[in-house]
Amino acid sequence: MSNVDLSVSIGKLKLRNPIMLASGTVGYGNEISEFSDLNKLGAIVTKSLSLKPRKGNPPQRIVETPSGMLNAIGLANVGVDVFLKEKIPFLKKYDVPLVCNIAASTVEEFVECTRILDSEETIKAFEINVSCPNVKDGGLQFGNDIKAVGLVTSKVRAVTNKPLIIKLSPNVSYISEFAQVVKDEGGDAVSAINTLVGTAFNIVTKKPKIFNINGGLSGPAIKPVALAKVLEISRKVDVPIIGIGGIMNWKDVIEFMIVGASAVQIGTLNFIDPAAPERMIKELEDYCLSNGVNKISDLTASYII
Amino acid sequence: MLIVNSPVVETIQVHENIYIQKILSPEIARDIRPGQFLNIRVSETTNPLLRRPFSICDVDGDNIFIMFNVMGEGTKILACKQSGSFVDILGPLGNGFNLEDDYETAVFVAGGMGSAPFPYLTRKVKDSKKIISFVGGRSKNDLITYSLMNVHTSTDDGSEGFNGNIVQLLEKNLDKLTAEKIKIFGCGPNAMLKSLKDFCLKYDFNCEISTESAMACGFGICQGCPIESAANPDRYLLVCKDGPVFNSKDVVL
Repeated sequence: MSNVDLSVSIGKLKLRNPIMLASGTVGYGNEISEFSDLNKLGAIVTKSLSLKPRKGNPPQRIVETPSGMLNAIGLANVGVDVFLKEKIPFLKKYDVPLVCNIAASTVEEFVECTRILDSEETIKAFEINVSCPNVKDGGLQFGNDIKAVGLVTSKVRAVTNKPLIIKLSPNVSYISEFAQVVKDEGGDAVSAINTLVGTAFNIVTKKPKIFNINGGLSGPAIKPVALAKVLEISRKVDVPIIGIGGIMNWKDVIEFMIVGASAVQIGTLNFIDPAAPERMIKELEDYCLSNGVNKISDLTASYII
Repeated sequence: MLIVNSPVVETIQVHENIYIQKILSPEIARDIRPGQFLNIRVSETTNPLLRRPFSICDVDGDNIFIMFNVMGEGTKILACKQSGSFVDILGPLGNGFNLEDDYETAVFVAGGMGSAPFPYLTRKVKDSKKIISFVGGRSKNDLITYSLMNVHTSTDDGSEGFNGNIVQLLEKNLDKLTAEKIKIFGCGPNAMLKSLKDFCLKYDFNCEISTESAMACGFGICQGCPIESAANPDRYLLVCKDGPVFNSKDVVL
Protein backbone atom coordinates (compact mmCIF):
# COMPACT_ATOMS: atom_id res chain seq x y z
CA MET A 1 0.00 0.00 0.00
CA SER A 2 1.28 3.41 -0.86
CA ASN A 3 0.86 6.36 1.43
CA VAL A 4 0.02 8.83 -1.28
CA ASP A 5 -3.43 10.39 -1.02
CA LEU A 6 -4.63 10.93 -4.57
CA SER A 7 -8.12 12.06 -3.58
CA VAL A 8 -9.27 15.56 -4.45
CA SER A 9 -12.31 17.71 -3.77
CA ILE A 10 -14.11 19.98 -6.17
CA GLY A 11 -16.32 21.81 -3.73
CA LYS A 12 -18.67 19.16 -2.38
CA LEU A 13 -17.67 16.63 -5.02
CA LYS A 14 -15.12 14.13 -3.72
CA LEU A 15 -13.04 12.18 -6.23
CA ARG A 16 -10.68 9.29 -5.59
CA ASN A 17 -8.15 10.92 -7.92
CA PRO A 18 -7.98 14.00 -10.14
CA ILE A 19 -8.43 12.19 -13.48
CA MET A 20 -11.81 12.89 -15.06
CA LEU A 21 -12.85 12.05 -18.62
CA ALA A 22 -14.14 15.07 -20.51
CA SER A 23 -17.57 15.49 -22.00
CA GLY A 24 -17.84 14.47 -25.64
CA THR A 25 -14.84 12.17 -25.45
CA VAL A 26 -16.34 9.31 -23.48
CA GLY A 27 -19.87 8.98 -24.91
CA TYR A 28 -21.95 7.48 -22.13
CA GLY A 29 -19.19 5.25 -20.83
CA ASN A 30 -19.81 1.91 -22.53
CA GLU A 31 -17.24 2.09 -25.34
CA ILE A 32 -14.43 3.35 -23.14
CA SER A 33 -15.12 0.64 -20.55
CA GLU A 34 -13.61 -1.86 -23.01
CA PHE A 35 -10.22 -0.19 -22.57
CA SER A 36 -10.32 1.12 -19.07
CA ASP A 37 -11.68 0.20 -15.64
CA LEU A 38 -14.10 3.07 -15.09
CA ASN A 39 -14.07 2.41 -11.34
CA LYS A 40 -10.44 3.49 -11.14
CA LEU A 41 -11.13 6.94 -12.60
CA GLY A 42 -11.85 10.13 -10.69
CA ALA A 43 -15.07 10.81 -12.60
CA ILE A 44 -16.60 10.67 -16.04
CA VAL A 45 -18.51 13.48 -17.69
CA THR A 46 -21.24 12.53 -20.16
CA LYS A 47 -21.63 13.75 -23.68
CA SER A 48 -23.64 17.01 -23.55
CA LEU A 49 -27.31 16.24 -23.00
CA SER A 50 -30.13 18.40 -24.28
CA LEU A 51 -33.84 18.28 -23.51
CA LYS A 52 -34.68 16.72 -26.89
CA PRO A 53 -32.40 14.46 -28.96
CA ARG A 54 -30.13 16.36 -31.34
CA LYS A 55 -29.04 15.01 -34.69
CA GLY A 56 -25.87 17.09 -34.79
CA ASN A 57 -24.07 18.61 -37.76
CA PRO A 58 -23.73 16.96 -41.19
CA PRO A 59 -20.32 15.60 -42.16
CA GLN A 60 -17.51 16.56 -42.28
CA ARG A 61 -17.39 17.06 -38.54
CA ILE A 62 -13.72 16.76 -37.69
CA VAL A 63 -10.33 17.54 -39.17
CA GLU A 64 -6.85 17.18 -37.81
CA THR A 65 -4.68 20.29 -37.44
CA PRO A 66 -1.07 20.60 -36.21
CA SER A 67 -0.98 18.87 -32.81
CA GLY A 68 -4.72 19.26 -32.54
CA MET A 69 -8.10 18.68 -34.09
CA LEU A 70 -11.12 20.77 -34.96
CA ASN A 71 -14.54 19.36 -34.25
CA ALA A 72 -18.03 20.58 -35.00
CA ILE A 73 -20.21 17.69 -33.86
CA GLY A 74 -23.11 19.99 -33.10
CA LEU A 75 -24.03 18.43 -29.74
CA ALA A 76 -25.40 15.22 -31.27
CA ASN A 77 -26.99 13.40 -28.33
CA VAL A 78 -29.84 11.13 -27.33
CA GLY A 79 -31.67 13.65 -25.15
CA VAL A 80 -32.37 13.42 -21.41
CA ASP A 81 -35.27 10.93 -21.61
CA VAL A 82 -33.38 8.30 -23.62
CA PHE A 83 -30.32 8.95 -21.46
CA LEU A 84 -32.24 8.12 -18.29
CA LYS A 85 -33.94 5.09 -19.82
CA GLU A 86 -31.16 3.52 -21.88
CA LYS A 87 -27.78 4.90 -20.75
CA ILE A 88 -28.09 5.20 -16.98
CA PRO A 89 -28.59 1.43 -16.38
CA PHE A 90 -25.09 0.75 -17.73
CA LEU A 91 -23.54 3.58 -15.73
CA LYS A 92 -25.28 2.42 -12.54
CA LYS A 93 -23.10 -0.70 -12.57
CA TYR A 94 -20.04 1.41 -11.82
CA ASP A 95 -18.84 3.11 -8.74
CA VAL A 96 -17.40 6.12 -10.56
CA PRO A 97 -18.83 9.58 -9.93
CA LEU A 98 -20.98 10.51 -12.91
CA VAL A 99 -21.11 14.15 -13.95
CA CYS A 100 -23.86 15.08 -16.39
CA ASN A 101 -22.96 17.72 -18.93
CA ILE A 102 -25.94 19.76 -20.07
CA ALA A 103 -26.24 21.86 -23.20
CA ALA A 104 -29.18 24.05 -24.11
CA SER A 105 -30.26 26.94 -26.26
CA THR A 106 -32.19 28.84 -23.60
CA VAL A 107 -31.96 29.41 -19.85
CA GLU A 108 -35.29 27.61 -19.44
CA GLU A 109 -33.95 24.53 -21.24
CA PHE A 110 -30.88 24.41 -18.97
CA VAL A 111 -33.16 24.56 -15.95
CA GLU A 112 -35.59 21.95 -17.29
CA CYS A 113 -32.80 19.47 -18.16
CA THR A 114 -31.24 19.84 -14.73
CA ARG A 115 -34.58 19.45 -12.99
CA ILE A 116 -35.35 16.22 -14.88
CA LEU A 117 -31.90 14.72 -14.21
CA ASP A 118 -31.62 15.89 -10.60
CA SER A 119 -33.69 13.05 -9.12
CA GLU A 120 -31.39 10.38 -10.63
CA GLU A 121 -29.09 9.42 -7.78
CA THR A 122 -26.38 8.00 -10.07
CA ILE A 123 -25.69 11.56 -11.20
CA LYS A 124 -23.32 13.13 -8.71
CA ALA A 125 -22.84 16.57 -10.24
CA PHE A 126 -23.78 18.77 -13.18
CA GLU A 127 -21.48 20.48 -15.64
CA ILE A 128 -23.22 23.23 -17.56
CA ASN A 129 -21.94 23.74 -21.08
CA VAL A 130 -22.35 27.45 -21.72
CA SER A 131 -19.52 27.40 -24.18
CA CYS A 132 -20.04 24.98 -27.07
CA PRO A 133 -18.76 26.88 -30.10
CA ASN A 134 -20.57 24.76 -32.66
CA VAL A 135 -24.24 25.42 -32.20
CA LYS A 136 -25.62 28.52 -33.84
CA ASP A 137 -28.66 29.03 -31.66
CA GLY A 138 -27.07 29.09 -28.25
CA GLY A 139 -23.71 28.15 -26.94
CA LEU A 140 -21.44 30.91 -28.07
CA GLN A 141 -23.77 33.74 -27.05
CA PHE A 142 -24.05 32.25 -23.58
CA GLY A 143 -20.35 31.65 -23.22
CA ASN A 144 -19.48 35.20 -24.28
CA ASP A 145 -22.18 36.96 -22.32
CA ILE A 146 -21.28 37.43 -18.69
CA LYS A 147 -24.86 38.27 -17.66
CA ALA A 148 -26.18 35.14 -19.39
CA VAL A 149 -23.58 32.95 -17.64
CA GLY A 150 -24.60 34.50 -14.33
CA LEU A 151 -28.28 33.98 -15.05
CA VAL A 152 -27.85 30.33 -16.10
CA THR A 153 -25.78 29.66 -12.98
CA SER A 154 -28.33 31.17 -10.59
CA LYS A 155 -31.37 29.58 -12.27
CA VAL A 156 -29.81 26.11 -12.41
CA ARG A 157 -28.54 26.53 -8.85
CA ALA A 158 -32.13 27.01 -7.76
CA VAL A 159 -33.20 23.55 -8.96
CA THR A 160 -30.35 21.37 -7.73
CA ASN A 161 -28.34 20.86 -4.58
CA LYS A 162 -25.78 18.73 -6.38
CA PRO A 163 -22.36 20.19 -7.15
CA LEU A 164 -22.73 22.66 -10.01
CA ILE A 165 -19.83 23.15 -12.39
CA ILE A 166 -19.88 25.70 -15.19
CA LYS A 167 -17.71 24.89 -18.22
CA LEU A 168 -16.22 28.15 -19.43
CA SER A 169 -15.34 29.35 -22.89
CA PRO A 170 -11.77 30.45 -23.59
CA ASN A 171 -13.06 32.67 -26.40
CA VAL A 172 -13.34 35.68 -24.09
CA SER A 173 -10.93 38.43 -23.02
CA TYR A 174 -10.95 37.76 -19.27
CA ILE A 175 -12.07 34.30 -18.27
CA SER A 176 -11.63 35.16 -14.58
CA GLU A 177 -14.55 37.59 -14.77
CA PHE A 178 -16.77 34.71 -15.84
CA ALA A 179 -15.43 32.50 -13.06
CA GLN A 180 -16.20 35.27 -10.55
CA VAL A 181 -19.82 35.47 -11.77
CA VAL A 182 -20.18 31.71 -11.46
CA LYS A 183 -18.98 31.87 -7.87
CA ASP A 184 -21.18 34.87 -7.04
CA GLU A 185 -24.27 33.15 -8.42
CA GLY A 186 -23.77 29.97 -6.43
CA GLY A 187 -21.76 27.75 -8.76
CA ASP A 188 -19.44 25.29 -6.99
CA ALA A 189 -16.65 25.10 -9.57
CA VAL A 190 -15.59 25.95 -13.11
CA SER A 191 -14.18 23.78 -15.88
CA ALA A 192 -11.60 25.56 -18.02
CA ILE A 193 -11.34 25.43 -20.90
CA ASN A 194 -13.78 24.38 -23.60
CA THR A 195 -12.42 24.34 -27.16
CA LEU A 196 -11.05 27.38 -28.97
CA VAL A 197 -12.85 28.55 -32.10
CA GLY A 198 -10.86 27.69 -35.20
CA THR A 199 -11.18 26.82 -38.85
CA ALA A 200 -9.29 25.14 -41.69
CA PHE A 201 -9.65 25.52 -45.46
CA ASN A 202 -8.78 23.35 -48.42
CA ILE A 203 -6.36 25.31 -50.59
CA VAL A 204 -7.47 23.62 -53.81
CA THR A 205 -11.26 23.82 -53.47
CA LYS A 206 -11.10 27.00 -51.30
CA LYS A 207 -13.84 25.47 -49.16
CA PRO A 208 -13.85 24.96 -45.37
CA LYS A 209 -12.71 21.51 -44.31
CA ILE A 210 -15.64 21.08 -41.96
CA PHE A 211 -19.30 21.62 -42.79
CA ASN A 212 -19.89 24.05 -39.93
CA ILE A 213 -16.98 26.24 -41.20
CA ASN A 214 -15.77 26.87 -37.64
CA GLY A 215 -14.99 24.14 -35.17
CA GLY A 216 -13.61 23.76 -31.69
CA LEU A 217 -9.85 23.29 -31.47
CA SER A 218 -8.63 20.72 -28.95
CA GLY A 219 -5.54 18.64 -28.33
CA PRO A 220 -2.00 19.51 -27.20
CA ALA A 221 -2.00 22.60 -29.46
CA ILE A 222 -4.23 24.39 -26.92
CA LYS A 223 -2.47 23.34 -23.71
CA PRO A 224 -0.50 26.58 -23.19
CA VAL A 225 -3.69 28.62 -23.67
CA ALA A 226 -5.58 26.42 -21.22
CA LEU A 227 -2.80 26.67 -18.62
CA ALA A 228 -2.83 30.47 -18.90
CA LYS A 229 -6.62 30.58 -18.46
CA VAL A 230 -6.50 28.28 -15.42
CA LEU A 231 -3.72 30.38 -13.90
CA GLU A 232 -5.69 33.58 -14.52
CA ILE A 233 -8.74 32.20 -12.70
CA SER A 234 -6.61 30.75 -9.93
CA ARG A 235 -4.91 34.09 -9.21
CA LYS A 236 -8.09 36.13 -9.25
CA VAL A 237 -10.99 34.00 -8.02
CA ASP A 238 -11.33 31.63 -5.09
CA VAL A 239 -13.20 28.86 -6.88
CA PRO A 240 -12.27 25.22 -7.58
CA ILE A 241 -11.04 24.75 -11.14
CA ILE A 242 -11.14 21.64 -13.31
CA GLY A 243 -8.30 22.04 -15.82
CA ILE A 244 -8.91 20.92 -19.40
CA GLY A 245 -6.97 21.35 -22.60
CA GLY A 246 -4.62 19.08 -24.48
CA ILE A 247 -3.51 16.81 -21.64
CA MET A 248 -1.48 13.97 -23.16
CA ASN A 249 0.30 12.50 -20.13
CA TRP A 250 0.72 12.64 -16.35
CA LYS A 251 3.19 15.51 -16.56
CA ASP A 252 0.51 17.67 -18.12
CA VAL A 253 -1.80 16.77 -15.23
CA ILE A 254 0.78 17.94 -12.69
CA GLU A 255 1.32 21.15 -14.66
CA PHE A 256 -2.41 21.93 -14.65
CA MET A 257 -2.60 21.29 -10.91
CA ILE A 258 0.39 23.54 -10.22
CA VAL A 259 -1.25 26.46 -12.04
CA GLY A 260 -4.47 26.03 -10.07
CA ALA A 261 -6.52 22.99 -11.09
CA SER A 262 -8.05 20.80 -8.37
CA ALA A 263 -8.74 18.08 -10.93
CA VAL A 264 -8.37 17.69 -14.69
CA GLN A 265 -10.32 16.32 -17.59
CA ILE A 266 -8.79 14.22 -20.34
CA GLY A 267 -10.41 14.81 -23.72
CA THR A 268 -8.86 14.36 -27.15
CA LEU A 269 -6.39 11.78 -25.81
CA ASN A 270 -9.31 9.37 -25.24
CA PHE A 271 -9.72 9.19 -29.03
CA ILE A 272 -6.08 8.20 -29.49
CA ASP A 273 -5.30 6.10 -26.45
CA PRO A 274 -8.44 5.32 -24.43
CA ALA A 275 -6.38 3.32 -21.95
CA ALA A 276 -4.12 6.27 -21.11
CA PRO A 277 -6.17 7.99 -18.37
CA GLU A 278 -6.20 4.87 -16.18
CA ARG A 279 -2.44 4.46 -16.69
CA MET A 280 -1.85 8.05 -15.60
CA ILE A 281 -3.26 7.40 -12.14
CA LYS A 282 -0.38 5.06 -11.33
CA GLU A 283 2.09 7.48 -12.91
CA LEU A 284 0.76 10.33 -10.75
CA GLU A 285 1.22 8.16 -7.68
CA ASP A 286 4.81 7.42 -8.70
CA TYR A 287 5.48 11.14 -9.19
CA CYS A 288 4.10 11.91 -5.74
CA LEU A 289 6.16 9.15 -4.13
CA SER A 290 9.40 10.26 -5.69
CA ASN A 291 8.76 13.96 -4.99
CA GLY A 292 7.65 13.66 -1.39
CA VAL A 293 4.06 14.70 -2.12
CA ASN A 294 1.78 13.08 0.47
CA LYS A 295 -1.46 14.55 -0.79
CA ILE A 296 -1.80 15.29 -4.47
CA SER A 297 -4.26 18.05 -3.64
CA ASP A 298 -1.34 19.98 -2.13
CA LEU A 299 -0.15 20.57 -5.68
CA THR A 300 -3.19 22.69 -6.53
CA ALA A 301 -2.13 26.30 -7.07
CA SER A 302 1.35 25.53 -5.76
CA TYR A 303 2.91 27.75 -8.40
CA ILE A 304 5.81 29.95 -7.45
CA ILE A 305 5.73 33.22 -9.35
CA MET B 1 -11.31 -4.26 -29.42
CA LEU B 2 -7.65 -4.29 -28.50
CA ILE B 3 -4.74 -1.90 -28.52
CA VAL B 4 -1.59 -3.75 -29.57
CA ASN B 5 1.89 -2.71 -30.57
CA SER B 6 2.76 -4.96 -33.50
CA PRO B 7 5.94 -5.34 -35.54
CA VAL B 8 6.02 -4.56 -39.24
CA VAL B 9 7.24 -7.55 -41.25
CA GLU B 10 7.61 -5.75 -44.56
CA THR B 11 6.30 -2.81 -46.54
CA ILE B 12 5.99 -3.28 -50.28
CA GLN B 13 5.33 -0.60 -52.85
CA VAL B 14 2.81 -2.11 -55.25
CA HIS B 15 2.01 0.94 -57.35
CA GLU B 16 3.01 4.54 -57.62
CA ASN B 17 2.22 5.83 -54.08
CA ILE B 18 0.42 2.63 -53.04
CA TYR B 19 1.87 0.33 -50.41
CA ILE B 20 0.99 -2.95 -48.78
CA GLN B 21 2.23 -3.46 -45.26
CA LYS B 22 2.51 -6.85 -43.63
CA ILE B 23 2.26 -6.73 -39.84
CA LEU B 24 2.71 -9.60 -37.39
CA SER B 25 -0.31 -9.34 -35.13
CA PRO B 26 -1.74 -12.69 -34.04
CA GLU B 27 -4.23 -11.04 -31.66
CA ILE B 28 -5.81 -9.01 -34.46
CA ALA B 29 -5.45 -11.76 -37.09
CA ARG B 30 -7.42 -14.16 -34.90
CA ASP B 31 -10.49 -11.95 -34.61
CA ILE B 32 -10.77 -9.72 -37.62
CA ARG B 33 -13.34 -10.28 -40.37
CA PRO B 34 -13.42 -8.95 -43.96
CA GLY B 35 -14.73 -5.38 -44.06
CA GLN B 36 -13.61 -4.48 -40.55
CA PHE B 37 -10.91 -1.88 -40.03
CA LEU B 38 -8.00 -0.86 -37.84
CA ASN B 39 -7.18 2.55 -36.41
CA ILE B 40 -3.41 2.90 -36.45
CA ARG B 41 -1.20 5.34 -34.56
CA VAL B 42 1.89 5.79 -36.69
CA SER B 43 3.92 7.86 -34.26
CA GLU B 44 4.06 8.74 -30.58
CA THR B 45 4.55 12.40 -31.37
CA THR B 46 1.64 14.82 -31.64
CA ASN B 47 2.06 15.34 -35.37
CA PRO B 48 0.18 13.47 -36.65
CA LEU B 49 -1.96 13.42 -33.54
CA LEU B 50 -4.83 11.10 -34.42
CA ARG B 51 -4.89 7.49 -35.52
CA ARG B 52 -5.52 6.69 -39.17
CA PRO B 53 -8.23 4.20 -40.22
CA PHE B 54 -7.27 1.36 -42.62
CA SER B 55 -9.47 -1.45 -43.84
CA ILE B 56 -8.12 -4.92 -43.37
CA CYS B 57 -6.71 -5.96 -46.74
CA ASP B 58 -5.77 -9.55 -45.99
CA VAL B 59 -4.95 -11.98 -43.22
CA ASP B 60 -2.56 -14.90 -43.55
CA GLY B 61 -1.91 -16.91 -40.41
CA ASP B 62 -0.65 -14.51 -37.77
CA ASN B 63 0.03 -11.76 -40.30
CA ILE B 64 -2.33 -8.96 -41.25
CA PHE B 65 -2.04 -6.74 -44.32
CA ILE B 66 -3.10 -3.16 -44.89
CA MET B 67 -3.06 -1.29 -48.19
CA PHE B 68 -2.70 2.46 -48.33
CA ASN B 69 -2.13 5.42 -50.56
CA VAL B 70 0.48 7.91 -49.37
CA MET B 71 -1.67 11.02 -48.91
CA GLY B 72 -0.25 12.99 -46.00
CA GLU B 73 2.09 12.96 -43.02
CA GLY B 74 0.61 9.82 -41.41
CA THR B 75 0.78 7.56 -44.45
CA LYS B 76 4.23 8.93 -45.33
CA ILE B 77 5.55 7.81 -41.94
CA LEU B 78 3.79 4.47 -42.31
CA ALA B 79 5.29 3.86 -45.76
CA CYS B 80 8.79 4.31 -44.29
CA LYS B 81 8.30 1.67 -41.62
CA GLN B 82 10.25 -1.43 -42.49
CA SER B 83 10.94 -4.70 -40.72
CA GLY B 84 11.64 -4.08 -37.05
CA SER B 85 9.46 -0.96 -36.74
CA PHE B 86 6.24 -1.12 -34.77
CA VAL B 87 2.73 0.15 -35.34
CA ASP B 88 0.20 0.81 -32.58
CA ILE B 89 -3.05 -0.83 -33.67
CA LEU B 90 -6.53 -0.32 -32.25
CA GLY B 91 -8.97 -2.89 -33.54
CA PRO B 92 -10.70 -4.81 -34.95
CA LEU B 93 -13.27 -2.07 -35.46
CA GLY B 94 -16.72 -1.83 -37.02
CA ASN B 95 -18.80 -4.57 -38.52
CA GLY B 96 -17.68 -6.61 -41.48
CA PHE B 97 -19.30 -7.92 -44.62
CA ASN B 98 -22.12 -10.37 -44.05
CA LEU B 99 -20.95 -13.65 -45.60
CA GLU B 100 -23.94 -15.70 -44.50
CA ASP B 101 -26.40 -14.42 -47.12
CA ASP B 102 -27.81 -16.81 -49.70
CA TYR B 103 -25.86 -16.23 -52.92
CA GLU B 104 -23.78 -18.22 -55.39
CA THR B 105 -21.62 -15.53 -56.91
CA ALA B 106 -19.84 -12.75 -55.06
CA VAL B 107 -19.44 -9.66 -57.23
CA PHE B 108 -16.76 -7.27 -55.99
CA VAL B 109 -16.96 -3.70 -57.22
CA ALA B 110 -13.94 -1.56 -56.37
CA GLY B 111 -13.08 2.01 -57.29
CA GLY B 112 -9.46 3.16 -56.80
CA MET B 113 -8.29 2.39 -53.25
CA GLY B 114 -11.65 0.66 -52.77
CA SER B 115 -9.89 -2.55 -53.73
CA ALA B 116 -8.34 -2.65 -50.25
CA PRO B 117 -10.82 -4.94 -48.43
CA PHE B 118 -11.29 -7.44 -51.27
CA PRO B 119 -8.20 -9.65 -51.04
CA TYR B 120 -9.33 -10.85 -47.60
CA LEU B 121 -12.92 -11.23 -48.75
CA THR B 122 -11.66 -13.22 -51.74
CA ARG B 123 -9.69 -15.49 -49.43
CA LYS B 124 -12.77 -16.10 -47.26
CA VAL B 125 -15.31 -16.86 -49.99
CA LYS B 126 -13.33 -18.32 -52.90
CA ASP B 127 -13.80 -21.95 -51.86
CA SER B 128 -17.56 -21.74 -51.60
CA LYS B 129 -18.59 -19.03 -54.10
CA LYS B 130 -17.85 -17.95 -57.62
CA ILE B 131 -16.15 -14.57 -57.71
CA ILE B 132 -16.25 -11.80 -60.29
CA SER B 133 -14.23 -8.64 -59.59
CA PHE B 134 -14.90 -5.30 -61.25
CA VAL B 135 -12.11 -2.80 -60.70
CA GLY B 136 -12.31 0.81 -61.84
CA GLY B 137 -10.06 3.83 -61.78
CA ARG B 138 -9.48 7.17 -63.44
CA SER B 139 -6.57 5.79 -65.44
CA LYS B 140 -4.69 2.51 -65.78
CA ASN B 141 -2.27 3.55 -63.03
CA ASP B 142 -5.18 3.74 -60.60
CA LEU B 143 -6.32 0.16 -61.16
CA ILE B 144 -5.52 -1.99 -58.13
CA THR B 145 -6.10 -5.65 -58.84
CA TYR B 146 -3.80 -7.11 -56.17
CA SER B 147 -4.91 -10.63 -55.14
CA LEU B 148 -8.26 -10.37 -56.92
CA MET B 149 -9.82 -13.08 -59.09
CA ASN B 150 -11.67 -12.99 -62.40
CA VAL B 151 -11.03 -9.28 -62.89
CA HIS B 152 -12.80 -6.89 -65.28
CA THR B 153 -11.48 -3.34 -65.42
CA SER B 154 -12.69 0.07 -66.45
CA THR B 155 -10.95 3.43 -66.67
CA ASP B 156 -12.45 6.88 -67.04
CA ASP B 157 -9.88 7.79 -69.68
CA GLY B 158 -10.00 4.47 -71.52
CA SER B 159 -6.31 3.75 -70.93
CA GLU B 160 -7.13 0.18 -69.89
CA GLY B 161 -10.21 -2.03 -69.98
CA PHE B 162 -13.68 -0.62 -70.54
CA ASN B 163 -13.79 3.10 -71.30
CA GLY B 164 -16.19 4.49 -68.71
CA ASN B 165 -17.00 4.12 -65.05
CA ILE B 166 -17.35 0.91 -63.11
CA VAL B 167 -21.14 1.01 -62.82
CA GLN B 168 -21.45 1.44 -66.58
CA LEU B 169 -19.27 -1.65 -66.92
CA LEU B 170 -21.59 -3.55 -64.56
CA GLU B 171 -24.58 -2.48 -66.63
CA LYS B 172 -22.84 -3.77 -69.76
CA ASN B 173 -22.33 -7.15 -68.04
CA LEU B 174 -25.87 -7.33 -66.77
CA ASP B 175 -26.60 -10.63 -68.51
CA LYS B 176 -23.77 -12.28 -66.55
CA LEU B 177 -25.14 -10.91 -63.30
CA THR B 178 -28.81 -11.72 -63.73
CA ALA B 179 -28.10 -15.31 -64.74
CA GLU B 180 -27.03 -16.20 -61.23
CA LYS B 181 -27.85 -15.61 -57.60
CA ILE B 182 -25.45 -12.81 -56.84
CA LYS B 183 -24.47 -10.51 -54.05
CA ILE B 184 -22.64 -7.29 -54.76
CA PHE B 185 -19.91 -5.97 -52.45
CA GLY B 186 -18.82 -2.39 -53.16
CA CYS B 187 -16.03 -0.17 -51.91
CA GLY B 188 -14.79 3.11 -53.31
CA PRO B 189 -15.41 6.85 -53.40
CA ASN B 190 -18.82 8.10 -52.30
CA ALA B 191 -19.93 9.10 -55.80
CA MET B 192 -19.21 5.58 -57.01
CA LEU B 193 -21.05 4.01 -54.07
CA LYS B 194 -24.03 6.23 -54.75
CA SER B 195 -24.30 5.15 -58.36
CA LEU B 196 -23.71 1.52 -57.34
CA LYS B 197 -26.55 1.83 -54.84
CA ASP B 198 -28.86 3.24 -57.54
CA PHE B 199 -27.83 0.44 -59.92
CA CYS B 200 -28.62 -2.21 -57.28
CA LEU B 201 -31.99 -0.66 -56.49
CA LYS B 202 -32.86 -0.55 -60.19
CA TYR B 203 -32.09 -4.23 -60.74
CA ASP B 204 -32.96 -5.40 -57.24
CA PHE B 205 -29.51 -6.73 -56.30
CA ASN B 206 -28.52 -7.40 -52.72
CA CYS B 207 -25.60 -5.06 -52.10
CA GLU B 208 -23.29 -4.25 -49.22
CA ILE B 209 -21.01 -1.24 -49.39
CA SER B 210 -17.99 -0.33 -47.32
CA THR B 211 -18.03 3.40 -46.59
CA GLU B 212 -15.35 5.77 -45.36
CA SER B 213 -15.25 8.97 -43.39
CA ALA B 214 -12.90 11.20 -41.50
CA MET B 215 -12.91 10.02 -37.88
CA ALA B 216 -10.93 10.42 -34.69
CA CYS B 217 -11.51 7.45 -32.40
CA GLY B 218 -12.98 4.70 -34.62
CA PHE B 219 -15.14 3.20 -31.85
CA GLY B 220 -18.06 5.55 -31.39
CA ILE B 221 -17.10 8.18 -28.84
CA CYS B 222 -16.01 11.13 -30.97
CA GLN B 223 -19.17 11.12 -33.12
CA GLY B 224 -17.03 12.45 -35.93
CA CYS B 225 -18.20 10.14 -38.74
CA PRO B 226 -21.95 10.54 -39.32
CA ILE B 227 -23.73 8.99 -42.29
CA GLU B 228 -27.37 9.61 -43.15
CA SER B 229 -29.70 6.74 -42.25
CA ALA B 230 -32.40 5.70 -44.74
CA ALA B 231 -34.69 4.44 -42.00
CA ASN B 232 -34.47 7.34 -39.57
CA PRO B 233 -33.86 10.88 -40.86
CA ASP B 234 -33.75 12.18 -37.27
CA ARG B 235 -30.47 10.58 -36.39
CA TYR B 236 -27.21 9.80 -38.11
CA LEU B 237 -25.56 6.42 -38.15
CA LEU B 238 -21.83 6.31 -37.41
CA VAL B 239 -19.48 4.95 -40.08
CA CYS B 240 -17.14 3.53 -37.43
CA LYS B 241 -19.61 1.68 -35.27
CA ASP B 242 -22.77 1.13 -37.29
CA GLY B 243 -20.59 0.54 -40.39
CA PRO B 244 -18.27 0.82 -42.14
CA VAL B 245 -20.18 -1.88 -44.05
CA PHE B 246 -23.86 -1.15 -44.66
CA ASN B 247 -26.51 -2.71 -46.80
CA SER B 248 -26.75 -0.11 -49.56
CA LYS B 249 -30.48 0.30 -48.80
CA ASP B 250 -29.79 1.40 -45.23
CA VAL B 251 -27.87 4.61 -45.90
CA VAL B 252 -28.39 7.80 -47.87
CA LEU B 253 -25.28 8.75 -49.84
